[in-house]
Amino acid sequence: TGHGGGGALSAELVEHVFAPAFGGPLLASLADSAVVTLGGARLAFSTDSFVVRPLFFPGGGIGDLAVNGTVNDLAMSGAKAAYLSVGFILEEGVETSVVARVAQALGDAARAAGVEIATGDTKVVEAGHGDGIYLNTAGIGLVPAGVDLRPQRAAPGDVVIVSGDMGVHGVAVMSVREGLEFDVEIRSDCAALGGLVEAMLAVTPDLHVLRDPTRGGLGAALNEIAAAARVGVEIAERDVPVPPQVANACAILGLDPLYVANEGKLVAFVPREHADAVLAAMRAHPLGAGAAVIGECVTAHPGMVVARTGLGGTRVLDMPIGEQLPRIC
Amino acid sequence: MTAAGSPQVAQRRRMLVRGTVQGVGFRPFVYTLATELGLAGHVTNTGVGVLVEIEGGSAEVAAFCRRIDTEAPALALVESITHEELAIGGDTGFTIVASVPPEPGAAHRTRIPPDVATCARCLAELEDPADRRHLHPFITCTDCGPRFTIVTALPYDRAHTTMADFPMCPDCAREYTDPGDRRFHAQPIACHACGPRLALVDADGAPIGFGTLDEARRMLAQGAILAVKGIGGYHLACDAADEDAVLRLRERKGRGDKPFALLARTLAEIEPHAAITDAEKELLTGAARPIVLLRRRPAARAALPEAIAPRCPDLGFMLPYTPLHHLLLGLLDDRAGPRLLVLTSGNAAGEPIVTDDGEALTRLATLADGWLTHDRPIRVPLDDSVVRVVDGEPLFVRRSRGWAPLPIRLPVEVPATLAVGGDLKNTFALAEGREAWLSGHVGDMDDLATQQTFEHTIEHLGAITGVRPEVLVADRHPGYRSTGWARRAAARRPVRLIQHHHAHIAAAMAEHGLDGAAPVLGVAFDGTGYGDDGAVWGGEFLRADYADFHRVAHLRYVPLAGGDAAVARPYRMALAHLYAAGIEWSPDLPCVRAGSDEERRVLARQLERDLNCVPTSSMGRLFDAFASLIGVCHLAGYEAQAAIELEGAAVRRPGPVRGYTFALLPGEGEGDPLIADPGPVFAAAIADLRAGCDPELLAARFHHAVVDLVVAVAEHTRERYGPTPVALTGGVFANAIVSSACGRALRERDFTVLRHRLVPPNDGGLALGQVLVGAGRRAPGETGRP
Ligand SMILES: [Fe+3]
Ligand SMILES: [Mg+2]
Ligand SMILES: [Zn+2]
Ligand SMILES: [Zn+2]
Repeated sequence: TGHGGGGALSAELVEHVFAPAFGGPLLASLADSAVVTLGGARLAFSTDSFVVRPLFFPGGGIGDLAVNGTVNDLAMSGAKAAYLSVGFILEEGVETSVVARVAQALGDAARAAGVEIATGDTKVVEAGHGDGIYLNTAGIGLVPAGVDLRPQRAAPGDVVIVSGDMGVHGVAVMSVREGLEFDVEIRSDCAALGGLVEAMLAVTPDLHVLRDPTRGGLGAALNEIAAAARVGVEIAERDVPVPPQVANACAILGLDPLYVANEGKLVAFVPREHADAVLAAMRAHPLGAGAAVIGECVTAHPGMVVARTGLGGTRVLDMPIGEQLPRIC
Repeated sequence: MTAAGSPQVAQRRRMLVRGTVQGVGFRPFVYTLATELGLAGHVTNTGVGVLVEIEGGSAEVAAFCRRIDTEAPALALVESITHEELAIGGDTGFTIVASVPPEPGAAHRTRIPPDVATCARCLAELEDPADRRHLHPFITCTDCGPRFTIVTALPYDRAHTTMADFPMCPDCAREYTDPGDRRFHAQPIACHACGPRLALVDADGAPIGFGTLDEARRMLAQGAILAVKGIGGYHLACDAADEDAVLRLRERKGRGDKPFALLARTLAEIEPHAAITDAEKELLTGAARPIVLLRRRPAARAALPEAIAPRCPDLGFMLPYTPLHHLLLGLLDDRAGPRLLVLTSGNAAGEPIVTDDGEALTRLATLADGWLTHDRPIRVPLDDSVVRVVDGEPLFVRRSRGWAPLPIRLPVEVPATLAVGGDLKNTFALAEGREAWLSGHVGDMDDLATQQTFEHTIEHLGAITGVRPEVLVADRHPGYRSTGWARRAAARRPVRLIQHHHAHIAAAMAEHGLDGAAPVLGVAFDGTGYGDDGAVWGGEFLRADYADFHRVAHLRYVPLAGGDAAVARPYRMALAHLYAAGIEWSPDLPCVRAGSDEERRVLARQLERDLNCVPTSSMGRLFDAFASLIGVCHLAGYEAQAAIELEGAAVRRPGPVRGYTFALLPGEGEGDPLIADPGPVFAAAIADLRAGCDPELLAARFHHAVVDLVVAVAEHTRERYGPTPVALTGGVFANAIVSSACGRALRERDFTVLRHRLVPPNDGGLALGQVLVGAGRRAPGETGRP
């Protein structure tokens, strides 16, 4: 789970290279995690690799990210993560104290998320062939009965809710990586969302879609859902929570906060009749205190995401294409 | 054709007249001509043109054949007439018979005329208390009135216009069927008894006041903003002399400092504000009635509120083109009211012009205080055209109402093509054979409503031209909505992707009738175009024909930091240029003081780390950067604001000045493009700035630097490749100083100069070039004929 662009490239690889090569309908579904049936149990199963730079940033580090990323991918299927595997790929020469600090953060994050690290692996690559530490985690968890969360289930009338501020994590990581000194320090809000999802599902198991808007941000996540379900998504730009320091940083850097990566946030498509109760349950949870309704799912413009602007126009939010190239002539 | 026999020999002949021959009084003309010559037969409109059959003495038939071409009505454009000899039918008398609907699937090749301003004769009737159409807001005749915007299908008949639901009263019906009447077969004919109804309503659609027009004029005089339904959509109007009203309109529209256009009652109302040349007068008073950009008189600035066009060297004026406009501004004996109105398209920033009456009430709800509307529907939206005159020739900024849908003649044959244009100021083109039909201005494709208008307009233009595209052509920019749309709409038809500046240059070549056998040197200066190396191009010298291009020279790459942020904040471009030139960000420079310390600190790091930076050779961004460097403009609230204000500064410093000098560096390898480095321009300008020179002088010296650069590269190209014409294209050439001075300097050195006259140099002309380049190019994997 990196940040910035690259979404279109990996989506293309999945579609044109991996899915045909592996031939699995599960992979082709493009969900964050797969739901498989094994011995009568419905399991969510997911893996993710972490190549984030730097290893530590205000509010977190690669260790917590590796736990939370996979725990959140499972949570987006409605599953509470039970077991994780961890693979370390270490570059020769990386200091033991650094590895220890990452491992500690990993363990702490796992305990906080209530998930057990059940298996692991370590490989060392030659100096110059890695970037300090890469991590891979995989996880499994049980999907509760009656829960069926998939992008394809987004339906016109659904209310679109985000769990809190957008863009914080991506800007925080970028600031330290690039040495950007903003007047106000921005700390990552990276967190594990299992508990929040549990609270939401307690209202009704019939939520339609959950998505953690990581790489490509909210814009990419909504586009993937709109495309998968062949529905339109309409949001109100001013209802999307973006904290002022993030808005300021994005304005300076020329980024659109709607396309900046998050970790520890989710977007939910909720049937209208449950929207108020789900929103209330989210706000009652510490990780959903800033939850907000940002829009709805519509029948118009299927496959397209539009944002109503402050001036009353409707801007089309496309899938990000990597760098945000200007179009003004 | 047979040779003319003796006069008493009877002949029958069928003629098919193609071109813009419907809706222009062509059938009455034929009727009158045939009757005068004593010929029998009939005339009818068909889907492909006007079909005439005449029978009579061979001398009269010959005279008819000659005069049908030479005496055709003013608005008709006869493109071809085919003749066929028939057996004698024994007709007596000449009749106009009902139109023949086109066969399903048959290609329409008849031309719908553009919308035409109210003619002098209609205007006289409008003002004549004795005339039965005195003060009728929808007065029209075969010489004037709405056309393209009311046509729903072909052939052009009342039933196929938005007047279909207005049955003619007996008086109108008599005129309509009287071949001797000026309104014979005038499809939008109407009068007080049978025509559309004017209404003045509030946001709920409830009538306001009594006496619609009097009340509307009273509201304007009191500072209200009115939505006024025009030919191609709703406008927003207010009294131009009322500064509060102008400021309120500006604030409600949320469009920063973007200049407003003005509707003037007469030429005399314009004179105090701008000097008008003969060429400008011709445009202002002609049948198309565009907005004409006029240099404003510096001394007259105080006469109009600055808020109409803040810091802009030009004012955009137009004269009334509908009876409603004439009535709104007041006829001769009306009591005084506003004589000069701000008239701007009725939409929120970024949205297309509103045409639907219901939508006008909702979408303009926060913008207008009242709606002056009527019940004649608008079929297709069409913004006002915008033109300026450079060296006595028209230069389009926007080609729309008054010109659309006149086709542009192509120098080479093309397959049935849809070229989708660019993403901003979008226009598209349908083309087939030797003709291209350009749409009116569609707008900014970022906006959903604009994309929907784009689709509807493609359908409409397709229906009235009969072009069924086999090939789609789009820009290579991976993020263009227009390109994405083309891919989605292609349905197995090939989509050919064309480099942006190549298309600009091809448009200029096509206008000048070049068949592409020999290359030109294309100077394509604009803000942004996606380059083949992934950079943002825009200061390009391309040796190009329709098939291909070779980059001869370009502006040196500088980092465009933060995409659209760099466009909106020209001081960031200035700082990027200084960074690239190795010039310190010294606090005495206006551009360094323009942003916050935080932004400058982060920007420095962003440039160092190449973070969210794209290399750009954009000339538009160089104008922005220079405008900020010398303190003319640091923030761009509308497109090209900094460049426009920089031109404004240069205009205030007329007379000869010495230009700054770009360094022209050889490319790295053999055959690599030359690099035009603006570093020395910045260094010299900073020295001038520190010496206390006026920004006006610096702006003038900058403009001349650009002109000298064009000449230098042209000379270099001639030395290396031999003589080639030089095409000047791209939005930067809407700058009258650059356009005029480049043209003059090149001609003095014996270059043939190709400047745009028919389509805008900006992205509004892109689709025409796409048609030409796309015609000769296969997309990867595409088979069959190119
Ligand atoms: Fe352009
Ligand atoms: Mg993930
Ligand atoms: Zn007339
Ligand atoms: Zn009538």
